Amino acid sequence: GQRSSESPKYSNQSFAIVSFKWDHVKEPYIIALWILVASLAKIVFHLSHKVTRVVPESALLIVLGLFLGGIVWAADHLPSFSLTPTVFFFYLLPPIVLDAGYFMPNRLFFGNLGSILLYAVIGTIWNAATTGLSLYGVYLTGIMGEMKSGLLDFLLFGSLIAAVDPVAVLAVFEEVHVNEVLFIIVFGESLLNDAVTVVLYNVFDSFVAIGAMNVTGIDCLKGIVSFFVVSLGGTLVGILFAFLLSLVSRFTKHVRIIEPGFVFIISYLSYLTAEMLSLSAILAITFCGICCQKYVKANISEQSSTTVRYTMKMMASGAETIIFMFLGISAVNPDIWTWNTAFILLTLVFISVYRVIGVVIQTWILNHYRTVQLEIIDQVVMSYGGLRGAVAFALVALLDDKKVKDKNLFVSTTIIVVFFTVIFQGLTIKPLVQWLKVKKTEHREPKLNEKLHGRAFDHILSAIEDISGQIGHHYLRDKWSNFDRKFLRKILMRRSAQKSRDQILNVFHELNLKDAISYVAEGERRGSLAFIRSPSTDNMVNVDFSAPLPSTVESSVSYLLREKSGPVCLDMQALEQRRKSIRDTEDTLAHHTLQQYLYKPRQEHKHLYSRHEIMHSEDDKQDKEIFHRTMRKRLESFKSTKLGINHSKKFNKIHKRDRGQKRRNSSVIPNGNIPSENPVQDFTLKEKDLEFSESEENNDYETLHLGKGVDFLANVTKQNFTDTPAGIDNPVFSADDDQSIYMKFSPWLSSEDTVVPSQRARVQLPYSPDNFRRLTPIRLSNKSTDSFLLADSPEDRPRSFLPESTHM
Amino acid sequence: LSSSLAVTSEQIEHLHRRFKQLSQDQLTIRKENFDSIPDLEFNPIRGKIVHAFFDKRNLRQESDGLADEINFEDFLTIMSYFRPIEMNMDEEQLDRFRKEKLKFLFHMYDSDHDGKITLQEYRNVVEELLSGNPHLEKESARSIADGAMMEAASICVGQMGPDQVYEGITFEDFLKMWQGIDIETKMHVRFLNVDTIAHCY
Repeated sequence: GQRSSESPKYSNQSFAIVSFKWDHVKEPYIIALWILVASLAKIVFHLSHKVTRVVPESALLIVLGLFLGGIVWAADHLPSFSLTPTVFFFYLLPPIVLDAGYFMPNRLFFGNLGSILLYAVIGTIWNAATTGLSLYGVYLTGIMGEMKSGLLDFLLFGSLIAAVDPVAVLAVFEEVHVNEVLFIIVFGESLLNDAVTVVLYNVFDSFVAIGAMNVTGIDCLKGIVSFFVVSLGGTLVGILFAFLLSLVSRFTKHVRIIEPGFVFIISYLSYLTAEMLSLSAILAITFCGICCQKYVKANISEQSSTTVRYTMKMMASGAETIIFMFLGISAVNPDIWTWNTAFILLTLVFISVYRVIGVVIQTWILNHYRTVQLEIIDQVVMSYGGLRGAVAFALVALLDDKKVKDKNLFVSTTIIVVFFTVIFQGLTIKPLVQWLKVKKTEHREPKLNEKLHGRAFDHILSAIEDISGQIGHHYLRDKWSNFDRKFLRKILMRRSAQKSRDQILNVFHELNLKDAISYVAEGERRGSLAFIRSPSTDNMVNVDFSAPLPSTVESSVSYLLREKSGPVCLDMQALEQRRKSIRDTEDTLAHHTLQQYLYKPRQEHKHLYSRHEIMHSEDDKQDKEIFHRTMRKRLESFKSTKLGINHSKKFNKIHKRDRGQKRRNSSVIPNGNIPSENPVQDFTLKEKDLEFSESEENNDYETLHLGKGVDFLANVTKQNFTDTPAGIDNPVFSADDDQSIYMKFSPWLSSEDTVVPSQRARVQLPYSPDNFRRLTPIRLSNKSTDSFLLADSPEDRPRSFLPESTHM
Repeated sequence: LSSSLAVTSEQIEHLHRRFKQLSQDQLTIRKENFDSIPDLEFNPIRGKIVHAFFDKRNLRQESDGLADEINFEDFLTIMSYFRPIEMNMDEEQLDRFRKEKLKFLFHMYDSDHDGKITLQEYRNVVEELLSGNPHLEKESARSIADGAMMEAASICVGQMGPDQVYEGITFEDFLKMWQGIDIETKMHVRFLNVDTIAHCY
């Protein structure tokens, strides 16, 4: 900011109290303003559900951009803003690609890698070549009139218009929900074709610069070699940085706060490094995300994981919004507009037709090698889903108009092509998918059996492959996981994270968690939280339960759990999603009986305050003993295979059970008056189990009649189920994510009539801040970033988990 | 042979070579021969898999129990359970195909050949399955098995009265469990490479 530069002699300018320093802030201000406008636009769009169901967001944003551009133009006659390639390639594209790589479902991706590579490489080359050559051919016939381009220019144009664009594909497919295989193929193609695009573009660009006459065979050969160098080099850079990132994340235990920063910085560096070495930057950052996923997620704390997740989604979504909006704005720039009907029309025709032909041929070839065949419908979707987007636009804007004389024509054509694919194809793809009855993603309950059998399959198939001497997928996968387990994990993962968590365990956890939630919800519904009022100690839980029943959404514990954006909630969302598909009450009831099983994960006993290993194992052993004892008793009765639901058995029993149950939870349910040391929570498992095993007479597997509970939950959650962050997240994959939830379950149900003394009554337990154990997985706090589960290492939780307020 | 098992002659040749390798040029294979495959050692359920090769039910023989040795035809029979589905199969064929594969799985789980998978057998399977993971306790595996059994029971039988006894998963129940999951596309091996790359020692 500059004061007006009057000569100091004339100092009659008095001190201005407030001054308007526009120039001072102009640049950041305008950027921030545009971002704000874009975000506001998103809000406005989503106000109307009807509109967003039909029109993809990207289309709406483009239109908005056109509109805004029009305004600016009308006001200023200056095409002031446009999507400059620098901004695009350095700031807008990386977040999107990183997001794609970090959340890539690896197994699916690598399982289909062959197909993806074929489409990405051969497909793109085919598209580029045919489009370029055809346009040139037509040009030669003179229909296009006078143009200043030669063969190389056409090929250059072909190469940049040929590439399927990841941003556009994500934006559109995300709303369409086709099945995973289809999605991963199209999306993978859009990511991996960058190498080809970069190479072709650079090659033809430099050829154009050299001049058509001087291109020699050597240059062509160099071009081919450069393809391999660029792609493999980019990938290597990505993998290198992934390794670096995982390694770094291993040691960030003491700097939890900046953990998320590492992820972004190092990934971004991989992008820039590849760019610097003129390798494929998109490939670099993609593979950085893909490779570091597992280790980073295992190493960093839950909050950091959440932070990373949300920040990534936010940046990616924001970047996408801005890209589309600016695509619209940039179009309003009459200076660049050159119209050549034949060229434009033919381009559109050629890219569509050749894409279809390419897809068909390649699929035919692929189907000989694929076990899961790609049918006609899949091919249609793949052809139709080959959207062009901002990458093409940025590339064309990068052209040097001294070398490429027809740059403006190319730009105009590209704009029209991009608009056409995004708007028209984006609009029509949904109805097309529905009309063709494309197989959609199935959201299913994670059945334990499924997981188990899935695992069995893997092993069986590996074995068969071994026996028959084949090198197959499973063989390779097995080899990889052995290698990973032996070497990579030791280097890249924190020791605590190295104990591998089995997928099956995760499902089991989640089921248990689900049951726990439903149980609590059910309890609330019955108003049985009244038990929390307990007269025996000074520290009263002063909660007024006569007040609005938990039927009002706000006061429900489970609502709270769902509402908080902690890691539990992410899973909650996934859980709720699954819950919505619960068809039978029996399902839930069966899962509810799972509660009966003390699941005790061997590997994760993260005591909050304990820093001593020793204490760990002591309690461990005790618990184990009791656990086994109780389990054995329970299973005795199961052996008589009495498996059933006792409806006749009571309600009062259930009540009592609730009460008993809830008392145990009492300390957990927040209220403002719980003392900070939480003596209440310090009853060890041992105590409870002992009392448990005493009263284990008629040990039936009673289950709550959860029918209404389920509905309640379902109703409650309908409103709370927030959208997955738009733009990038494919809901199929989000559920895969957070695995780092460790749970320890208390024996939830004692199926008898135990009049369990309130925990406070029992409380003279050895408690010290060190020997601390949270018994139930549910904890409430109003810090939305808190983890709800007993997940963190001792160092993590120095604060007391005294919840600050009560919501009841 | 080829048509009944729908394996191409190329694949048969390849498998025959492999068979000779495994059997050390004998006409039949015994269980011990499978030990010579190095990679199989790491497989947690190798016991069951090898067993499956000798299970007479899988060999489509009428009798029960275990064979001591199998010849090439039997070897092929087992392998044919893993062939991928072909494009030209119709509904009925697909269904039969699916049933066959599921039956193979079922036989693997049902070790005492009584046609039912009881809790103990199921536990056995799960324990073996998860035994590859050194950090997973046996007890945890058991509780998972129990949970899975419960789940299965609830799917197959639904609500049961207090006096009903659930003895085990029968094949029909097993089929029910797998409804909706396309096992045909998952349970297969690609017979692609013609040269054996993995050798026996």
